[in-house]
Formats: sequence, C-alpha cells, structure tokens
Amino acid sequence: MFYRESGQFKSAYAADQAMFPILQDRIGMAVILAVAFVGVPMVANDYFLSTLLIPFLIFALAAIGLNILTGYCGQLSLGTGGFMACGAFAAYKLATALPEMNIVVVFLLSGFVSAAVGVVFGVPSLRIKGFYLAVATLAAQFFLIWLFTKVPWFVNYSASGVISAPPRDVFGFYVTGIEATAEAKYIFCLSFVAVLALVAKNLVRGRVGRAWMAIRDMDIAAEIIGIKPLQTKLLAFAVSSFYCGVAGALWAFIYTSSVEALAFDINRSFQILFMIIIGGLGSILGSFLGAAFIVLLPIFLNVVPTAIGVPLSTAMIAHMEFMIFGALIIFFLIVEPHGLARLWQLGKEKLRLWPFPH
Amino acid sequence: MANKGRVIGDTLLKVENVSLGFGGVKALTDVSFDIRKGEIRAIIGPNGAGKSSMLNCINGFYHPSAGQITYKGQVRKQMRPHETAAGGIARTFQNIALFRGMSTLDNIMTGRLLKMKRGFWWHCLHWGPALREEIEHREHVERIIDFLEIQAIRKTPVGRLPYGLQKRVELGRALAAEPDLLLLDEPMAGMNLEEKEDMCRFILDVNEEFGTTIALIEHDMGVVMDISDRVVVLEYGRKIADGTPDEVKSDKRVIDAYLGVPHE
Repeated sequence: MFYRESGQFKSAYAADQAMFPILQDRIGMAVILAVAFVGVPMVANDYFLSTLLIPFLIFALAAIGLNILTGYCGQLSLGTGGFMACGAFAAYKLATALPEMNIVVVFLLSGFVSAAVGVVFGVPSLRIKGFYLAVATLAAQFFLIWLFTKVPWFVNYSASGVISAPPRDVFGFYVTGIEATAEAKYIFCLSFVAVLALVAKNLVRGRVGRAWMAIRDMDIAAEIIGIKPLQTKLLAFAVSSFYCGVAGALWAFIYTSSVEALAFDINRSFQILFMIIIGGLGSILGSFLGAAFIVLLPIFLNVVPTAIGVPLSTAMIAHMEFMIFGALIIFFLIVEPHGLARLWQLGKEKLRLWPFPH
Repeated sequence: MANKGRVIGDTLLKVENVSLGFGGVKALTDVSFDIRKGEIRAIIGPNGAGKSSMLNCINGFYHPSAGQITYKGQVRKQMRPHETAAGGIARTFQNIALFRGMSTLDNIMTGRLLKMKRGFWWHCLHWGPALREEIEHREHVERIIDFLEIQAIRKTPVGRLPYGLQKRVELGRALAAEPDLLLLDEPMAGMNLEEKEDMCRFILDVNEEFGTTIALIEHDMGVVMDISDRVVVLEYGRKIADGTPDEVKSDKRVIDAYLGVPHE
C-alpha cells in the first residue's frame, strides 16, 4: 500500500537508471544511513558496538569483495581469508614502517597490495573454471597463511607471531590502539564500508559490472561481444581482493587490535562464502544480509534458549551453529539460490500489490 | 529481392581455400567464397556440412589449418573472438547464448561494451563522464529496443522470456555493436511461422536501413531463397554450389545433396 511506484514517472534515462528509482527506497536508505551514523552511536553501548556492529561491518565488506568475484564474475574462490590476511599484514607493515602516514591511506594502500596478490593468484582463472579454480584459490589461502606464519619479517620479528595495531588517529580521534573509543571505531568502520559499498554498487551497475556478469553467464558469448576474458577476470580478482584486503586490515586494526595469521585461515574463507550464499550471490545488499545473519546467529543461539529456560552449553551452541549453517546452505542452494536478497526482492514485489493482490 | 535500390559494394570478406580439421575429421575442405558489402549472404547445406564451423572460422573461434581469410582488404592473422569483435564482426548463436542473469536492457547494453571508453575509475564514481556515457548508450539501445519492438520486456530477466523473444534479444545484442558484418547462425530455428516472418522482416530492415552486411545460416529453404542475394552451399565440408538463389535452386548437385538422389 505504501510501497509502490505508481505516480512516479521518469522522464530521463538518468532517473530510470538511478540506484534507487523508487522514492520509498530512497527515503528508506536515507533513514538507514541516518540511524547508522547518528542514532546507533548515541544509544548503543560499547559491547554492542564492538562485538556486534563492527564485526558485522567488516564481514559485510569482505562479503562484498567475495561477491564481486563469485557472485558477479562467477569465479569461485576459497582464498578470501588469505587475501584478508594480506591486507592485514600489509597494513601492519605500512603503519609501522611509515608511522606518519594517515591510517586511511594505509588501509587503502594495503587494499592495493592485496589486489596485486589477488591478480597473481587469479591468473589460472583463464584456464580453469568452477571447482578446479576453487582448488587453485585454496592454494593461495594456504600459501599466504603459511607465508605470514613462517616469515618473521611480516610480524616485525615478534616472537609470538602476533601483530598489534599501533595507535592512529583520524581528525584527532583515535581509531586504533587502546585509546580508541568504540564509537570512533564504529564510525570509522561504517564510513569505510559505506563508501566502498557505494563504489561496489557503482561498478556492478555500469560497464564493468556488465562485463563481469557476461563472463559469469556465458563466457563464449562474452568474448564474441569483445570482452577480453583474462583482463575482465583479473579485474574482478583485483577489486575483490582489494575489498577483502581492506576488510582484513580493518579486522586486524579496529576489531581485534591484535591478530595472528591463523585468524584468517580456511574457516574464515568458508564463513564468508556462506555469507554470500545465504545473503545472495550477485547482490550488494545480499552481502550485508548474509553478514548480519552469520554474525547474529550465534548470539541468537546464545540468548534465546536461555531466555526460554533451556540453557545450552557452549559446546552445544558451537555444534548447533554448524548444523544450522549446513542445513541453511543446503536449503538456500535448493530453494533460493539467490539468497536472502532475492527473498527481500520478492517481498517488495508482493508489497507493491498489497493489499489487493489481484 | 535483390534489386531494391540497395547498393552492393566491394568484397568485404573473402574466404580462400580454407580447410579445418579436428584430428582425423575434416570439417572444411578447400572452401572459397566471398561476402560483398551490403549483401545478405546465405550459407546452407545438410546437417554436418560445416556451416557453423565456417562461421566459427570467420569470427575467430577456430583457426583454419590451411587457407586464408581476408577481411576489409587485409589478410587476417590468427585472431581471438574479441579481436574480430573489435574489427566489427558480431554474431548470434544457434542455441541462444544470452546472459541469463541479466535483463533485456542489460544484455543489449553489454553489446555496446566495445563502444564504451570511460575508464575504470570513472565507473567507480558512476558520475560525470561515466554517467553521461551510460546515458548516451542507453539512448542508442532504446532505439534498438524500439526497432525490435521489445519495449515491454526491457527490464525482464532474459531467462524468463519465451524462445522467440530471446532470439530477438540476441539479435538486438549483436546489433548494439553496430557491426559491419553480422553473422546469424540459424536465426529462425525452432520458430513458428509468425515469428519467422517477424525475424525475416528484422533481418531485411537491418540490411536495408543500416546497410549491415549479413551472413546467415538457415535451414528454411523458403526463407533463404526469399531474402538472400547469394547462396553458398556446403556438403561434407566442401563447397558444391555458389550463386543467386535461382542458380543454386536448379543446381543438380544441390538437389542431390538435399534429396539424396544418386548420380546416374
């Protein structure tokens, strides 16, 4: 009843191609952004911000990265964790080697380092596809983690192999290190994620995104049109790894403050793959929904059984998490391969007709 | 149909003594023919005659093992399909090869990819030159959508469209590249009479209005004889006839090839 585009006429192609062609969507997005930037930091406590929202934002960023590669360009990758580690360690090396460099620049540069590594590991994608490519990216995952664990140069020769974020500030507010408040960290993360999500959306709805999707849907026809397969795939690897790298740097510096390479092991890769499968392949919104789902589920399992008087042991919760994820992934692969984002879209289509569906 | 005030120009593409083999199988043996600027050239022949292999050679999927292809006056070296696309050759496929996850509009927009020049960084912003470029090309794509009468399915994912419309969208995608040479691989296969008539009309209009040279493979003899200027007939990878539809129709070897009558 309230969500429909009737009466909203477009007289220019620019309006028709806008990101949110419907007024209600534009209002909705503005409200979400206002709440996220202003409302949340005012009400939320430290625990809520630093154990829920910050990891959610970082996971969403990594999921956007993987979604660009897997969801948009159709190149299955299991190297997400490796590329995140790349970003994290590049950021650490840059931040410690050049202490006067602004932390935003450090994070962006570490994204580019990660992008370069992604391109190198993306080269086999010209020849191999599908599961075989997944195995090749698995090599990247294991090699990178091995590299960061075995070569002490990456951790500045610290004996424990752990990197700790040095304190850095933006506009006088500390965003990393001990002095940083949860609010500052949250706003910093949110700004990063919002801007990069906007860039991702811009990329996928323009020429670049169409080339990626063409390669995904039918690579032979894409080549006939004049799309160069290797360049297009490598660009997807680069952009994807950039996002994963920045996510890794945020993870190491903002979320955990100190991290070892094993935090980005194969399980992290799978976790992010689950996010995009559940959230929706080929959807930026889906990356956020999937990340929210996977961050919230363990908390939900922690809180709800206790609240209804059936307290579960920690081990039980951990096992149930696995079982529920497994079941859900099978469910989504069979019933709705486009995930939560598709369900959301279907809901909106229903809502356009509601309450008079005929 | 040949004399409708259309101008048939010089040779656009020349195939000389092309042979193609896959292991022991000879798909094409010593085939030579030419395609002139502005004409509709049909390639016909029984199943397995090597028609699609011929098209695949022309647009760079296969590389002939002998012979040469001259395009726009230049002898072509081994080329990848995206290079021939840059040279102005577009094609459609026998079994539809649309991008199923994308809408009709996006499919046709993808066809204009080679014309879009703005760099990656502008596209990150989707603003300024990049946005202007998108809209410029959208205008062109809308003209194609109008021409093919598919306005109503502009935003529909192509996977949901019926077969006949999918074929039409595929033609639109090929047209979006503004090709000099358009290769159509069985554009009317599996269509009903009405859809065939529509498709014939589109092919003739493309040829007349845009002056696009068309090479098509088709099994419907009525259609081929009606719309094409010249026909080349292949059988078992060899050329057995070449000429106007009337010449080809009365050629003994063609009749034999199609009807299977043994030589006396």
